[in-house]
Amino acid sequence: MSSIEERVKKIVVEQLGVEEDQVTADASFVDDLGADSLDTVELVMALEEEFDCEIPDEEAEKIATLAQAKAYIEANLD
Amino acid sequence: MLTGKVALVTGASRGIGKAIALDLAAQGATVIGTATSEGGAEKISAYLSEAGAQGAGKCLNVTDAQMITDVLAEITKEFGVPTILVNNAGITRDNLLMRMKDEEWDDIIQTNLSSVYRMSKACLRGMMKAKGGRIINIASVVGVMGNAGQTNYAAAKAGIIGFSKSLAREVGARNITVNTIAPGFIDTDMTRALPEEQRAALTNQIPLSRLGEPEDIAKSVTFLAGEGGSYITGQTLNVNGGMYMI
Repeated sequence: MSSIEERVKKIVVEQLGVEEDQVTADASFVDDLGADSLDTVELVMALEEEFDCEIPDEEAEKIATLAQAKAYIEANLD
Repeated sequence: MLTGKVALVTGASRGIGKAIALDLAAQGATVIGTATSEGGAEKISAYLSEAGAQGAGKCLNVTDAQMITDVLAEITKEFGVPTILVNNAGITRDNLLMRMKDEEWDDIIQTNLSSVYRMSKACLRGMMKAKGGRIINIASVVGVMGNAGQTNYAAAKAGIIGFSKSLAREVGARNITVNTIAPGFIDTDMTRALPEEQRAALTNQIPLSRLGEPEDIAKSVTFLAGEGGSYITGQTLNVNGGMYMI
C-alpha cells in the first residue's frame, strides 16, 4: 500500500499533466503547476474518489498544495 | 448515432419532452425520462419499451436537490453515467405583472430555471469523468422576444440562455457543450391552453404558417446531441418557424 503522499502525488501528476518531481510539498497547484480553477475542482473530485470521502467546498478551497491535501486527508480519514 | 450513450430528459411524459426522448432513443441512446409523478414515469417506461428502446421513466421533482442526487445515483447504477442532459421540464403560471403573486413568480423560477442549475451541476461530475458531454436546455422564443402576461416565464427562459452561455465557457475545455433551444409556439398541451383566437393570431405571425410539432424540436435536440453538435457551444438555436428572427 502506497502512502497517502504517494497516492495524492500520483493524482496531481495525472490531473495536471505535470512531472512527478515538479510536485513538491509546497508547490502551488495554481501558481507553480499551472492549474486553472476547473483543474482544481477536478483534482478535488479525483481525491474524493481515491480516498472515498466527500470534501466540503469550503475545505476544498483551502487545498492548494500537496502538503495541504495530505494534511486534510490525514486529519479527516480514519 | 447515439448508441451506447445515456441520455437524461426531464419532463418527458408528454409534449416536447416525450418527442425528444423518443427521437434520442431512435438514434440508439439509452433514455431516462423524468416526470413529476409515478404515473408519468410509468407512461414513459411504457412508450420507451413500445418503441423498443432502452431506458426507463423515473419520478423526479426537479426542484428537489436531494431527490436529484438520489435519482441520478440510481440511474448511474442501472444504466451508466448520463452524458447527454436535456433540461426540458417547464411550467407556466401566466399573469399580468400587476396581478402576479409571489408564488407564481417563485414557482416558475424554481421549476424552469433553478432546475437547470441543479440538474446541470449534478450531471457535470459524471460528464467530466467521461471526458465529454452535451447539455441541451429548452428555453423559449418568449425568453428572447418577451410576451405580455409571461414576465415570470420569460425571465426564467432568458435566464436559461445566460446560464448556458456562461457554463459553456466554464466547461468547454472539458469537451462538454452547453446549448439552448428556444422553441416557438409548439402544438402541445401548454399552447392548447391558449384561447383559439390567440392561436390563430399567432399562426399568422409565423412565416412557415403553422405551429411547430414536438418532433421539430426533438430533431434539433438530436442534432446537437450527436456528431452535428461537436463544435457548437453556447448557442441558442431558435426553432420557431421564423416567427422571430434574430
